[in-house]
Amino acid sequence: MEFFLIIISAIFVNNIMLSQFLGTCPFLGVSGKISTATGMAGAVCFVITLATLVTYLINKYLLVAFSLEFLQTIAFILVIAALVQMVEIVLKKISPSLYQALGIFLPLITTNCAVLGVALNVCTKEFTFGSAAAHALNLGESMVYALATAIGYGMALILFAGLREHLELNSVPKAFKGVPIALVTCGILAMAFMGFSGMV
Amino acid sequence: MANDRLKVFTKGFLKENPTFVLLLGMCPTLATTTSAINGLSMGLATLFVLMLSNVVISAIAPLVPDKVHIPVYIVVIATFVTILQFVMQAFTPEMYKTLGLFIPLIVVNCIVLGRAEAFASKNGILDSLLDGLGIGLGFTASLTVIGIVREILGSGSIFGWKFLSGDGMLIFVMAPGAFLALGYLMVLFNKIAKKN
Repeated sequence: MEFFLIIISAIFVNNIMLSQFLGTCPFLGVSGKISTATGMAGAVCFVITLATLVTYLINKYLLVAFSLEFLQTIAFILVIAALVQMVEIVLKKISPSLYQALGIFLPLITTNCAVLGVALNVCTKEFTFGSAAAHALNLGESMVYALATAIGYGMALILFAGLREHLELNSVPKAFKGVPIALVTCGILAMAFMGFSGMV
Repeated sequence: MANDRLKVFTKGFLKENPTFVLLLGMCPTLATTTSAINGLSMGLATLFVLMLSNVVISAIAPLVPDKVHIPVYIVVIATFVTILQFVMQAFTPEMYKTLGLFIPLIVVNCIVLGRAEAFASKNGILDSLLDGLGIGLGFTASLTVIGIVREILGSGSIFGWKFLSGDGMLIFVMAPGAFLALGYLMVLFNKIAKKN
């Protein structure tokens, strides 16, 4: 039951993009077409889940064990940068077709604050789901939370890309062209997602 | 020469305004501008990191091998962010709590790495300092403006001083309001900038 609540909460109620504003830059950057948005969503899902697993272990067995928590920011960003580089090399070797599809998006992900944001959230915040008391997440819960958050991000990205493809065909006032109309659309999408609040 | 210096300093306000023209650092812009004072604090925090990391990076840039320059810059930036976290925890613990996750996330703010890569690594220490100061102040100004607009509309107050009894349009202090306010302010900025 708790896993179910985590999933619903991370995907819909506290959508990482539409209610927490993490990962806005790539969100506005690559949401022009559904195909690129799908590629980016896949790459982000992959990296967020993997990065959370690695940073969780490093935090628990290295930083907390030696009471070096203040190094979290530096340690995590280095881990993420190294991880992205490694994923790139491994993918190139094992699955060139997947590498082709995700290739250009992978280097961008290092500076996607959603990745660092989720890693830091999991290690520093206490969560409440349903009637359970506030508590730090254990490894299993962290992984579910990370994956669900990433799915939520991907979903928002693809939904928004669909909207923007339609926007291209409409005539908008000149001053609204490009990013401003995208932001206003995004605001309306966020409003729709507010309907989910209170569900968990 | 002095004129050039002035240009380096002032370009962040309008011509290369990080928020409205370059569209960088959108996450903190949207997330922390629920009130004028929050926007201002976030801007100043970014200014601190941007200025110091610009100085250090311009000083060490000639020594850093090209292959590893990005990781080196990120470590420099992360170091200053950690120092900032300590300073804020010590002197403004309330604000540190309010801004929360977005203080450590300055590490991945594209403005900071962007200036390091595009300016500080190629220019002298003094120029880099001015560039960081100018861009940082431009960012602070935009965040404060967005914060003021959202606070007036959302809670009927300005810098905490209430001029309206009761609540404003609450939607503006919540997530959708951030997108709407920024979108419409950008339209306004486009209109004004084009007239110049």
